[in-house]
Amino acid sequence: MHFLPTDDQLELQRGVRDLLAAKFPLERLPGGYDAGLWAELTATGVFGLRDELGLGLAESVLVFEELGRACVPGPLVATFLAAGLPGRAGSGPVGMLDPAQAPLLLAHLGIAESVLVLHEAGPQLAGPVSGAPVPEPVDPLSPLHELAATPDGHVVGDADATVRLRREGALLTAALQVGLAARLTDLAVDYAKTREQFGRVIGSFQAVKHLCADMFVRAELARVAVHAAAVTLDDPDTTDGPRTVAGAKLLADEAATVNGRSSVQVHGGMGFTWEVPVHFFLKRAWLHATEFGTAEDHAEDLALLL
Amino acid sequence: MDLRYSPEEQQFRHELRDWLARVLPTVPPKPAADDWPARRAHDTAWQRLLFEAGYAGINWPRDYGGRGATPTEHLIFLEETERAGAPYVGVNFVGLLHAGPTLVAEGTDEQRARHLRPILRGDEVWCQGFSEPGAGSDLASLRTRAVRDGDHYVVSGHKLWTSYATVADHCELLVRTDPDAPKHKGITWLILPMDSPGLDVRPIETVLGSSEFSEVYFDDVRIPVTNRVGEENDGWRVTMVTLSFERGTAWVDQIVDSMRLVTDLVAIAKTVTRRSATAWDDVGLRRDVGHLAAEFDALWALVKRGVSQAQATGVPGVGASVLKLRYTEARQRLMDLAARVLERAALSRTDIGALWSLSGRHSGEFVEERINSLSYTIAAGTSQIQRNIVGERILGLPRER
Repeated sequence: MHFLPTDDQLELQRGVRDLLAAKFPLERLPGGYDAGLWAELTATGVFGLRDELGLGLAESVLVFEELGRACVPGPLVATFLAAGLPGRAGSGPVGMLDPAQAPLLLAHLGIAESVLVLHEAGPQLAGPVSGAPVPEPVDPLSPLHELAATPDGHVVGDADATVRLRREGALLTAALQVGLAARLTDLAVDYAKTREQFGRVIGSFQAVKHLCADMFVRAELARVAVHAAAVTLDDPDTTDGPRTVAGAKLLADEAATVNGRSSVQVHGGMGFTWEVPVHFFLKRAWLHATEFGTAEDHAEDLALLL
Repeated sequence: MDLRYSPEEQQFRHELRDWLARVLPTVPPKPAADDWPARRAHDTAWQRLLFEAGYAGINWPRDYGGRGATPTEHLIFLEETERAGAPYVGVNFVGLLHAGPTLVAEGTDEQRARHLRPILRGDEVWCQGFSEPGAGSDLASLRTRAVRDGDHYVVSGHKLWTSYATVADHCELLVRTDPDAPKHKGITWLILPMDSPGLDVRPIETVLGSSEFSEVYFDDVRIPVTNRVGEENDGWRVTMVTLSFERGTAWVDQIVDSMRLVTDLVAIAKTVTRRSATAWDDVGLRRDVGHLAAEFDALWALVKRGVSQAQATGVPGVGASVLKLRYTEARQRLMDLAARVLERAALSRTDIGALWSLSGRHSGEFVEERINSLSYTIAAGTSQIQRNIVGERILGLPRER
C-alpha cells in the first residue's frame, strides 16, 4: 500500500498550480471566464486527462483540486466528462443540466458549445440551447440561465453511463471543493498573520487560531476522502466506488462551504467587502454544493449502501 | 497513489488471520471491569501469546526484540486483531506504546536489557506518571520535585491521572530537578519501581466509577540515579519522543470498531419501532448515519495516508493532530447516535432489552463507551491543545503567550 501521490502525480499537480498562478492570479478572478486561459487548459490536456492522455481519476482529482484552488470559472467538470462521449462537436466548454433538478438552471450557457443532459435513461448531448438569463446569480463568475424545458439532444450512452457520469462528476466536483476549501484556509491564515488588533496579529488569539485550525482539518479530511474515492473508482477490482464518492462529495461540500463562512469571519469586516476575494470562493462552493448531488443526497445514499 | 496491499502484505495478513483463528478460542473471557488483578492477568497472558508467536512489539526494532514490521504491517496487525475481537493492549499500553519505545530511543544498554524483554513478554506492567493537579495541558509546569542525594534522587510530590498505577511494576516518571531553570529545561525522566517505599497510590473515581487512573503521592521516595533516562534536566525532550509514539497509532482499533458499529446500528435501527415506523424509516437518522460513515471512511483513509507517509519517510507527518481531533469528536457523535437508536435502553450500564444481541453487541457496553468517550477529547492532548498544534506548527500562526 502506498497511499501517497507519486512523484509524477505531484509533478503534474505542481505544473497545473504553477500555470494557474502565472496565468490566472487572484487579481484576474473578478474578470470571470477567461477564454484564453480556457484554451490553454484545453491545450495542456486538463479536460482530456483520462480520455486523451489515458491517466486515471487519481491524477484528475489532483488537477481539479488546483482548478478549485484558483477558483477557475467555467463548466470544468462537464467539459471533462464530455471528452469521453461519442459524437461531440468541437472541443470547447460543455454545459451540464440535470433534468431532475428544479428550477432548470444552466451555468455558463453563454460559452457552452453543447450541453450534457444527464437523463436517467441515458446521457444526451444537446446543441445550441436557449434560456432566460438569471438576473443576479449568486456566484457572479458563474452566470446562470433558466430553461423553460429540458432540451432535446442526441443520446450518447445508456442508463449505466448516466450513473457513471454522475459518480465521476460528483468526484471531480468534490475535488474542486477541496481546492476551494484549502485556498479559503490559506487566505484566512495569511490574513490572520498580518492583521493586527489589540497590539498583535489576530492569528495569535486562540479564538481565531482555532477557526483556522478547523478549516485546515476540514480540508485535509475532505482531500484524503477525495483521493481515496478516486483511487477506488480507478480500481476495477472493488465495488466500494459509490460509497467512497458519496462520502467524498459530502465532506468536500461541507469543507468548502463551512470554510467559506469561517474565512469571511476571520477577515472580519473586510471579508464582507466585494474587494476581498473570499466571497468568490464561498459563492462558488455554494454553486458546487448543488451539483451532482447535495450533501444530504449523498448522506442518504451512503446510508442505504451500508 | 494506491490503496491495494502488496502480495507480501497480504501474506502477512493471512498468516496473522490464521493464527488469530487458532489462538483466540483459547483466550478466556474478559474479566470484570473493576477486577484489576484479573485484568492484569488477562492482558499480560495475551501479550505472552503475542510474544511467543512473534507478534509482540510489532513495530519495535528487531535489535530490541520487536518484529521490525513495516508501518503497513503494523496497521494490518491492528486492523486484524480488532476485527477478530482479540484482547486490547490494556495494561500493556504504557510499556508497549510509551516507556518501551522511549527506552529504545533514549535508554542505556543496561536499561534496555533490563526492561524491554519483560515488556514484550507481558511479564512487567508500566504506568505513566506525567500529569499533576497543576500540570495538565501545561505538562511542563509539573512540580513533583527530585533532589539529588548521592547516587539517588529523592522525590516528593503528587501525580494525577497515573494510568494503571494499581497494577504496575514500574512508572515512567517526570520530575522537576531544576526549579530555577525555564520550565522545559528542568525536567528529568526516571524509571520508578512501584514497590519503592514512600509511595501512596489511590485510585481515582472517574465518571465511570472504577478506571485505570490513580493519583500517586510521593513522600521522599528514593530512586537510583541509574534509573535516569537521558540526561538530568533533559527529560522534556525525552518525553516528546514518547508522546510522538502515543499520537501515531492510538486510534486505529477504535476506527475499525466505529465503522463496524455504524453498520451494526443500521441493522438495529431497522428493528426498532419509533412512532409508527422503524427508526430506519427516519430520513434524519439515515442521513446522520450516512454522514458519520463518510467521516469514519475518511478517517480510515487518513490513517492509511499517515502510514504511507511513515513508510516512505520514517515520520508519520502532520496527520496525527488532524486524526485525533476529528476521530475523537466523531466517536462522541457516534455514541450519541447510538443512544438515539437505543433511546431508553441507553439509560443503564447493564444490558436492557434483547435488541442488541442482534449484532452481538450489548446495550450496556454502549452506555459504558458513551461515557468513556468523553475522555477522548481530553486525554493525550485536549482538542483545544490539538487546535493550537495545528494552528502553530502546521499553519505557522504565532503563539498567544
